[in-house]
Amino acid sequence: MIIRVTPDHPIPSSEITPEGVYQNRRDFVKEAGLLGVGLAATLSGARTAKAQQGGTSIGGAELKGELTPEEDVTSYNNFYEFGTGKDDPKPNAKNFRTKPWTVKVEGMVAKPATYNIEDFLKPHKLEDRIYRHRCVEAWSMVIPWMGFPMSDLIKRVEPTASAKYIQFTTALDPQQMPGVRFPVLDWPYVEGLRLDEAMHPLAMMVVGVYGKMLPNQNGAPLRHIVPWKYGFKSCKSIVSIKFTDKQPATAWAVATPNEYGFFANVNPEVDHPRWTQARERRIGELRRRDTLMFNGYTQVASLYSGMDLRRNF
Amino acid sequence: MTAVGEESALASADGRGSRARPQGFRPPGWLHPLVVAASIIPFVWVAYAFYSDLVNNTRLLTSEPIKEAEHFTGKWALRFLLVCLAVTPLMRIIGLGWLVKYRRTFGLIAFGYAVVHLGIYFGLDIELMWSNLVEDVLDRLYITLGMLALLLMVPLAITSTKGWIKRLGNKKWNALHRLVYVSGVLGVIHFYMAVKRDVREPLLYGAILAASFGYRWFWNRRETQRRQMTALAR
Ligand code: HEM
Repeated sequence: MIIRVTPDHPIPSSEITPEGVYQNRRDFVKEAGLLGVGLAATLSGARTAKAQQGGTSIGGAELKGELTPEEDVTSYNNFYEFGTGKDDPKPNAKNFRTKPWTVKVEGMVAKPATYNIEDFLKPHKLEDRIYRHRCVEAWSMVIPWMGFPMSDLIKRVEPTASAKYIQFTTALDPQQMPGVRFPVLDWPYVEGLRLDEAMHPLAMMVVGVYGKMLPNQNGAPLRHIVPWKYGFKSCKSIVSIKFTDKQPATAWAVATPNEYGFFANVNPEVDHPRWTQARERRIGELRRRDTLMFNGYTQVASLYSGMDLRRNF
Repeated sequence: MTAVGEESALASADGRGSRARPQGFRPPGWLHPLVVAASIIPFVWVAYAFYSDLVNNTRLLTSEPIKEAEHFTGKWALRFLLVCLAVTPLMRIIGLGWLVKYRRTFGLIAFGYAVVHLGIYFGLDIELMWSNLVEDVLDRLYITLGMLALLLMVPLAITSTKGWIKRLGNKKWNALHRLVYVSGVLGVIHFYMAVKRDVREPLLYGAILAASFGYRWFWNRRETQRRQMTALAR
């Protein structure tokens, strides 16, 4: 499947401001409702029309009919900080405190700073996007995220000329995260992208799903999503964003270097040592379906031209 | 054959049953059927949960019931294999020779779970794709080992009947059935290699297996010493 990219961003942003999202508990239900309306409006409105005209579908409206039920999206999670079972994060993250929350922007950047989450999100307009989500374990979902382009964030904080990579770090709090009491991974969870990957319009900072604020098990209050890569490439509950000139030592690549690489692009032709990546099981479906190159987002192919994707798995 | 006669015949199939201490507690006749029934509860549950997830849209087996059922049956196969291997040490420690019958019972139940495990893997996980099966068995060591563990259990399951015990004789039967140790070891390695990162449960099973082997080793050494002593005394 070829999806055309348009340079300027075609997705209508919802008008809800981040401050609104983070208002106090009393207003939250109302806000969540509004967000839901925003999502529905964008889905059924402009984007669908665009898709019908054969315009760009970067917002993913063509996937609307394939959405994975919210119940699955919010209960079947890999978030090892809250346990290694996929049904562990939901109960174990229930009381995780995401308020107050600070995000540190550091490294090779013109404007290093530590923001509280409200200030961090304030300049960005939120938009809805439906993405395929492919786990390295050969299951997949279709998820309506809410957030803003990663490139907007990068432009705003102005990395220096020497910065080549962006590195994300997940919160690490043994008090609140039962999973980190065992050295299953080398905590904290670190992920990263080449800066040109991070600048791609598909890469996204995420604060919500299904028209609501991210539930804790999905990486509240801030995560990122790179839909052409396996799910583990996305950091949840981000506390630090660092710009660097060295390829970040990412959590799974450190843990099992022969099984998980830095790039981790979805690729049906490069198998995991212990299972095939040629096919996947979409959650909610009985039969497997073929896995698409770059998870169907072939517009990113030029990022990797000349690279041996078998070696750079 | 009376119940008592049957048990002593089987106990001697152990080759050491004659040495078992005088029997204290005699099990009631319904104990064995009860144990069998209890052993298939996990299977009944997983079958029900799978059906319910598919038909009623429940999530008893998480959002990925095929994977979950595959893991579930694999784990129970291994658990019953470990229980099977724990019978002999237990029998010797508490001196209840009639327990020997439960070795075969648990072995057969382990085999049953392993067959269901294989069925889920082949029928539902890889959707009857022979090419995928061949690739998995040849290229993926943990599947090679799992397959080997299961294949080794096949002759044991076939010869688990009283007829076969008689036909082979105690000595041969016991020698053949020592293969179950190999299956146990392969099963634990298979499990260890199958999990992504969290190896606590496979390590626990490995420790249980090692304990039951350790006990056998001590017991055999003591037995040899005792035999040598008796020989000297003569
Ligand atoms: C034909 C033989 C076998 C095949 C093809 C096979 C295949 C598999 C596969 C594909 C998995 C799942 C890996 C994953 O995707 O996470 C698995 C897991 C497992 N298997 Fe097997 N297996 C076989 C025999 C056995 C036997 C004989 C035992 C036990 C004695 C066993 C115990 C397990 C266990 C405990 C797991 C892990 C469950 C978990 O991760 O929670 N398997 N096996």
